[in-house]
Amino acid sequence: MGIGPTGCPPLKFPRAFDRFYTRRMQRDVVITGIGAVSAAGTGADALWQALDEGAVKTGPISALDASGFPCRLGGEVPDLKARDFVPKSYRKATKVMARDTELAVVAAQLAIADAGLSSRGSGETGSCATGDGAHAIVPERTGCQIGAGLLSAEVNELTAALATSTDDQGRFDLKQWGSGSAAGGDGANAMGNLPPLWMLKYLPNMLACHVTIIHGAEGPSNTITCAESSGILCVGEASRVIERGDADVCFAGGAESKLNPLGLLRLTFAKRLADTGESSDASAFALPYSESSTGGLPGEGGAILMIEGRAHARARGATIYAEVAGFGAGHSGVPIFPGVFDEDPGPTQTDAGLFRAIRAALDDAGVEPDEIDAIVPGALGVPSADAGEQNALRAVFGDRLAAIETITVAPNVGVATAGHGALLLAAGALAIRHQRLPARVHASGTGTEPSPLRVGACASRDASLHTVLVCTPSLGGQVGAVVLRKSDRDA
Amino acid sequence: MSSNRTPRRVVITGMGCVTPLGHELETFWRRLLAGESAVGPVTRFDASTFATNFAAEVKDFDLRAIIGDAAEGHAGAGLGTRFAIAAATMAWRQAGLAGGGAHDPERTGVYMGSGEGSLDYENFFASSLAAWQAETRSVDTKTWAAQALEHMNAVLEVEQEPHVSISHLAREFDCRGPAFNCMTACAASTQAAGEAYEIIKRGDADIMLAGGEHSMIHTLGMTGFIRLTAMSGRRDEMDTASRPFDKTRDGFVMGEGAGVVVLEELGHALARGATPLAEVAGFGSTADAYRITDIQPEGLGAQRAMSAALHQAGIDPSKPDDQGRAPVQYVSAHGTGTPENDGIETRAVKGVFGDQASRVCFSSIKSMTGHLIQAAGAVELIACVLAIRDGKVPPTINLQTPDPECDLDHVPNEARDLSGAGGVDVCLSNSFGFGGQNDTICVKRFVG
Repeated sequence: MGIGPTGCPPLKFPRAFDRFYTRRMQRDVVITGIGAVSAAGTGADALWQALDEGAVKTGPISALDASGFPCRLGGEVPDLKARDFVPKSYRKATKVMARDTELAVVAAQLAIADAGLSSRGSGETGSCATGDGAHAIVPERTGCQIGAGLLSAEVNELTAALATSTDDQGRFDLKQWGSGSAAGGDGANAMGNLPPLWMLKYLPNMLACHVTIIHGAEGPSNTITCAESSGILCVGEASRVIERGDADVCFAGGAESKLNPLGLLRLTFAKRLADTGESSDASAFALPYSESSTGGLPGEGGAILMIEGRAHARARGATIYAEVAGFGAGHSGVPIFPGVFDEDPGPTQTDAGLFRAIRAALDDAGVEPDEIDAIVPGALGVPSADAGEQNALRAVFGDRLAAIETITVAPNVGVATAGHGALLLAAGALAIRHQRLPARVHASGTGTEPSPLRVGACASRDASLHTVLVCTPSLGGQVGAVVLRKSDRDA
Repeated sequence: MSSNRTPRRVVITGMGCVTPLGHELETFWRRLLAGESAVGPVTRFDASTFATNFAAEVKDFDLRAIIGDAAEGHAGAGLGTRFAIAAATMAWRQAGLAGGGAHDPERTGVYMGSGEGSLDYENFFASSLAAWQAETRSVDTKTWAAQALEHMNAVLEVEQEPHVSISHLAREFDCRGPAFNCMTACAASTQAAGEAYEIIKRGDADIMLAGGEHSMIHTLGMTGFIRLTAMSGRRDEMDTASRPFDKTRDGFVMGEGAGVVVLEELGHALARGATPLAEVAGFGSTADAYRITDIQPEGLGAQRAMSAALHQAGIDPSKPDDQGRAPVQYVSAHGTGTPENDGIETRAVKGVFGDQASRVCFSSIKSMTGHLIQAAGAVELIACVLAIRDGKVPPTINLQTPDPECDLDHVPNEARDLSGAGGVDVCLSNSFGFGGQNDTICVKRFVG
């Protein structure tokens, strides 16, 4: 197979116009850098170590007093310091970053350094120096696609402002709230108590925007908001951008934190979380695909991958984790929110969108189901989602499913919602890099689970991993699947 | 990935919109050409004391009137989602897909640039204030959680997640193909249409419902933009407050609504006897990578987005077309009416079109509809297709005081009939988002 730029029709426009746009199609897209941030810590090594050792990094939530919520355990990112991961000149901007954005900014910085690439923003950071000889990205040939969720307003900050606009019974007074805004007045008892840039902090595209600004990534840019599958969809779409020739390199992945009051509230309302009660033993809730699971544990974080055209990676002598060999997407259809306002169709349902997405990804990669060496499924621990997922996988792989190895991430670090799919991809790529199946954590142990997947607890071991499927269901039903393949023609 | 994908042509076979100027395509278009303003006082909540107490609201909207009993299946849906279902239904019908059997669910997807919904404000505010501790200036989270779990509306909260309108559309129209929601702020629905075009072109689907919905005419939406000083404050002249390209412009006017198009692979459309309304010819997406709050002063990101779309469409912007007309007959401006945007966008158009720039009609329908935020791009794309159909370009109204910075042909105050001058064959539609995300889509007359 021919490698490298396959060329595009000669540009017929004047030179002054050429400078704006070139298109260089590339056949193969590869992962050359991983930046992961999760309860396991900061960096892909920390994630891999936790997975390999079978460490449970979830525990009692400390970021807020969660005692009023049914779920009080989660996977928090320890010691996140975004300030240390941006150029000095950009430190001030971290003040207008929501935590989701900080997570993405840190992950992006880790990813570009890991890939041996450099940008205008990658050099002078305290925690993540670019190595000598790093290859500088070309701004207009660098894209950015980062999945995000609905960023939660900080309840303290907002209520401090709301509390200035109440009537004599302590109820919110809309007229008072508006009054300070007229004619340029800042209103001591009104909305003027919110910082001017308040809303900008919470726009979902701020993850991608801050990353593009820090690194000067001027190419195609997108923010996909499809819950757990966002990261997979972003990596798939970014791969298509490179394939069609609109970029050579992309930051691609997703990040989110719902470890805040509004985030936990919404996940509770959506029936996504386990009821942990007073328990402090997070490992007891690692129950994906178990009928006894009452829901998952919330995580936070995500991953950004540096992906690039193989020819581009080879030309600069990059180390390749894996090839993004195939991508598929789909929609699950009904039910939208089982148990919320749709009936839960129970354990026999098949996620038809996921089935479609997996088949499309396999077709795109040109592989048969029996060529898949391992699966990295969503394993959300939400009974309706798990049922749909395992039945979709069984529909694709048939009886062989029980013989395919499974890599799970949620039992170790929780479900980082919009960051989850990207962490699954990072896990898959790391397993290929290490040629190793990480340990699996599962509270019910082997032999007891009714799942057709191999999901029982087991230790890590070396394994020959050539082709790995990564997929996840999602709240809302937009789903994606990616086939990763070991690069046999490493640069 | 497999590489032998031959380029496929993508056409628009159906369109639907819910806008402040009407919930039906022809009403919307007639009022645009008549230069009507949809701006009035905010009625959704008591904004009487707000610095901006006006907006362009969608009026008299009833989903049931458009989709009948099927509305029951979407009972809990938020306002924006209901706009989207109505717009998509109209598009689906125009495309001849209603009644079922005409589409393969596996090859039919949805790509929306839908915005978040509205919070259950009353109970959210009450829960927050009940848990507020003045001494420590913080919320007691345990009390807050108890209050919020008891009083806030669970269905509303879940429904306001931005990808939920897609879940409703996929259910209503039985779509199992690629499904995405993007939130690139004010660029979102142009991006959605552009990305959906790429998905069909590369062969991952044959039909895509694409567009966006949004309503930010609610307490915190209006508050957020007022604090950013992005909206017009002409409380006494609200009818004429939306003044793109006018020297006295002082910010945008909030609108709301939805626009949805049916994009379809040409061969697929022709095989089932559908009528192509226009062809999507190019799409460009770029990032300014400049600042969170400001646009790159020369509009370089916007220039690259327009150039990419034109390049794919095979159009040289520096030369007249083969009939001697401007290379593109209509550019639908992002044209928000903020002091910053309109001047920079004008510079960007000059940068791309050079000597030809002054010959291009370059107007902003936001002067009439207000700014539909994430839904704006899809509605403006629809206006472009109608401009091609009728050879008429909608005006920029409220343009009374020329601004030397905005000195192109903004089609001031009256629609332009180009049908005697060769009509309209090629349009660009621009959308730019906070944070520097730029998207441009190119549509042209379908010629078989």
